[in-house]
Amino acid sequence: MKPVVFGWSSPSGMAAAILALADPDARAMAGGQSLGPMLNLRATRPATVVPLVGLAELHGVEETADAITLGAATTHAEIADGRTPDLALPGPTLARIASGIAYRAIRNRGTLGGSLCHADPAADWLTTLTALSATVLTTRRALPIDQFVTGPYRTALDAGEIVRAVRIPRPPAGARFGYHKLCCKPGQFAHAMVAVLITGGMRIAIGAIGGPPIVLSHPDDATAALDFLDPVDRQLQMVAMRRALAQASEMGAGA
Amino acid sequence: MRQGQRAWLVFGMTHVRNPAIPEGVGASVPRVEDDRYLRGRGLYVADRRPAGTWDLAFVRSPLAHARVRGIRKPPGAEDRVFTAADLASVLPIVANSALPGFKPSVQHALATDRVRYVGEAIAVCVAPTRAEAEDLAEQVEIDLDELPAVSDMLAGRRPDAPQLHAHWGDNVFLETRVDLGDPAVRDGAAHVIRRTLRTARQHMAPIEGRGLVAAWDTRLGQLVLQTSTQMPHIVRTGLAGCLGLPEEAVRVVAPDVGGGFGYKGILLPEEVVAGFLARHLGHPVRWIEDRRESLTGNANCREHHYDLTAYADATGRLLALDCEATVDAGAYSIYPFSACLEAAQVASILPGPYDFAAFRCTTWSVATNKPPILPYRGVARSGVAYAMETMMDAIADACGIAPDTVRLRNLVPPEAMPFDNITRKHFDSGDYPQALRRAVAAIDLPAIRARQAVETGTLRTGVGLSIFCEQGAHGTSVYASWGIPMVPGWEQAAARITPDGGLELRVGIQSHGQGLETTLAQVAHEILGIPVARMRVVHGDTALTPYSTGTWGSRCMVVAGGAVASACTELSRRIAHIGAHLLQVDPADVVVGGGEVRGPLGSVAISEVARTWYLRPQDLPDDVDPGGLELTAGYKAQRDSGTFSYAAHACTVSVDTESGAVRILDYAVCEDGGVLVNPMIVDGQIIGGVAQGIGTALYEEMAFDAAGQPSAATLADYALPGATEVPVLRIDHMETPSPYTRFGQKGLGEGGAIGPPAAIANAVNDALRPLGARVDRLPITAHRVVAAIMAANLAAPR
Repeated sequence: MKPVVFGWSSPSGMAAAILALADPDARAMAGGQSLGPMLNLRATRPATVVPLVGLAELHGVEETADAITLGAATTHAEIADGRTPDLALPGPTLARIASGIAYRAIRNRGTLGGSLCHADPAADWLTTLTALSATVLTTRRALPIDQFVTGPYRTALDAGEIVRAVRIPRPPAGARFGYHKLCCKPGQFAHAMVAVLITGGMRIAIGAIGGPPIVLSHPDDATAALDFLDPVDRQLQMVAMRRALAQASEMGAGA
Repeated sequence: MRQGQRAWLVFGMTHVRNPAIPEGVGASVPRVEDDRYLRGRGLYVADRRPAGTWDLAFVRSPLAHARVRGIRKPPGAEDRVFTAADLASVLPIVANSALPGFKPSVQHALATDRVRYVGEAIAVCVAPTRAEAEDLAEQVEIDLDELPAVSDMLAGRRPDAPQLHAHWGDNVFLETRVDLGDPAVRDGAAHVIRRTLRTARQHMAPIEGRGLVAAWDTRLGQLVLQTSTQMPHIVRTGLAGCLGLPEEAVRVVAPDVGGGFGYKGILLPEEVVAGFLARHLGHPVRWIEDRRESLTGNANCREHHYDLTAYADATGRLLALDCEATVDAGAYSIYPFSACLEAAQVASILPGPYDFAAFRCTTWSVATNKPPILPYRGVARSGVAYAMETMMDAIADACGIAPDTVRLRNLVPPEAMPFDNITRKHFDSGDYPQALRRAVAAIDLPAIRARQAVETGTLRTGVGLSIFCEQGAHGTSVYASWGIPMVPGWEQAAARITPDGGLELRVGIQSHGQGLETTLAQVAHEILGIPVARMRVVHGDTALTPYSTGTWGSRCMVVAGGAVASACTELSRRIAHIGAHLLQVDPADVVVGGGEVRGPLGSVAISEVARTWYLRPQDLPDDVDPGGLELTAGYKAQRDSGTFSYAAHACTVSVDTESGAVRILDYAVCEDGGVLVNPMIVDGQIIGGVAQGIGTALYEEMAFDAAGQPSAATLADYALPGATEVPVLRIDHMETPSPYTRFGQKGLGEGGAIGPPAAIANAVNDALRPLGARVDRLPITAHRVVAAIMAANLAAPR
């Protein structure tokens, strides 16, 4: 379990990073919590690895009246520890999601942008930020998250394009959020996960289904949408959905 | 100490140790090895890299079953890649058994014409670093002709199944049948109950995997193999045989070993290959197993299938038990335990702690295209207890009696001890019903029943019991009949008083986490009174220690403890003799203890006696024993059919009937391991064992697809229990001495892992009972719970 030989091209700034990543055989590394094991397993064999967390442009946060924007290199731990602005749907919403990601050691290094770019179908951010209608801000464009992830472990990023930040819109007052995932034990990848945002309508994201999350606007559509799963997996997703919805309602009631 | 400050709670200690022997038998002496372990100062194989070492990477079979048509070495690297053809002088590993009908397999260190499981070594590459060796391994071209695989043990028994070993005629290493007792008792049964159960194939997952450094010592003409093993002497015997070397030309050293559990109780093909290469290449070679190698090629334990029929009378008394058990033994018979140990255990231990009149058992050890099976902590007994205790709950259900009542009606009573059970297992001592009652009292069964009676929602509570006995330290009389390559006999220890009064103990067993450097010193302290801090327990080196079959079968505290006691007793006699002379009194008037020789009027320190022996021999008595203060003594228990520790486990779980999640709410253990040498270490053994048992019950499974491909390559896919899955245990001790061992101690290293699958499965099924659902397969995953409930809903009358 040792990687093949690869180059390490630490960029001096954004321009250098963009140039280095223009090579289709180059691979960006943020926290390295997924890419590291993949390199060791020889599941990926880039000619060059371009570490990005040193770039100042990928750090920092921005708060406006209608959105929170988090730098792509923000770690899960920074979010979990409340060191970044948060939504209150109600209560610290992003912090709660972040604190449930894998284990603390992974949260210390793993990043928001890295997780989205890795596009693991069972990743927490992909499903929750889909429910929250986040936008991925790259060096070239702004992409709604459901256009950003195109398949399992696949994104719309072009060569030389880097995710700078993620913009999470503030839902209207009174919005309620719920998130429930089922794992065989805490920290393990989920086998069912559903995030739901209740505003005037409802936005339900069902994740951990082998590809980008399924988005629904009504829970009654879930049975048909999950038809491709075996009956047990379908039931587990339905349970996750019911619990995410119940949580959103309770939170709303308690606010 | 307030509750909650400790990781576990212990109550009911009964052993009162002698305050005059503060570090003797019964004292919770802090482990001497922890100082180096906890400070990161341990030294493991992977910490060793002698000058000039090159790394090995193995080319392993990607297919479960294939004919090897050809192997092409990368051009230019022919001298750094080795195949079976290059190892022509090396003999294959063959582990026979004397059991009638056993078919041995032939396992080549590197595959010749056939590969029989994913991960089997085909070639080995040598390079200055592991990464470069892996680069080379990728370039080796293997031409394989895929054959149909046997990926399931039941399918493997069918007449039309593909055959692993061509000359066999079938895939059965061994079939055994016993039919004991009066068959007619079955006719009187009010209830005949059937169950089919299955346990999963697991990976033992010690924190430290396997690993080795092999070097040829040109000065001594000796192969020195440093390897992470539980049995250095047995590895030497097996290795010398395969390499065609006399045993004195092989030295096996085990440095610190980071967990074994049975995973390191084997002669490895990698050890044979490295031993050959070290001599052939003239420089040291090193192989450190990585987690992917261990997961994909070494999920090698626990996979059983049971068809059970219990015959009970109307009161819940078990009359007879019939069992057909299939063990998935994998592709080869491993050295030294062979492929039949697991099934032999099933047939002999299944009756557990119960007394009943008739027993039939047929077992099949089936060869499959999976890694060869190894005995994992508990060796078959976690599956056997799961089978037996499932039947006990089934009888309770059928008779409408409580699960503790049914067990109390069938357990061997204390007044019957010692007791020979239906399979002629000799239970040495104990009070099984009391252990059960104490465990049940600890979880407060009436309170749980009251809670269950009002439950209607998603979360359901269940309670589960298991009681089992743990045969340990069984010796010649048991293993001789199995006739595997290794039969344990007398265990030996060498003891030497140093000139300044310290004590060196040399033992052939291997401490790989059990704290034997501490507990064996405690035994010596019990006899000589020398402080534990002045002792060294030397193990893990065939050049320094007496021959031993090693550490397995919960034997060390009984047999190595007994040997150390024998050696120290004889040392004590010699010390007394010299001491009495120095005190000018009759040897009959002195006693040795507290590190000195005490006479009627004065005393002399053991250090003074030692100085006299080594450096001032002119002061010795004329009739001094010329053997001096160094000797080797042997030990065998008065009766070596094994000690029988036993335990009752009781647990409460909560089952989420929608998500299938199982949470352990409470877990109590009442254990009787005879006289406990170090109660703190015993608690550690129980806690660690229960954690592994929870893994067996709820999490761990290496599935193989129809082509024989393992499902997990990393720990992201193979779930092990962690801190959040192991509850605070409540441990209660009984201490019924064994009548046959030196201090009344019993082997107890495995029991913790035996009880949980049975107790937890019974608890889950107790919770599911109101829903008419039942899970008959381990591990009890969320998926299986939900599937069982869905099936029950479909079957329910509408």
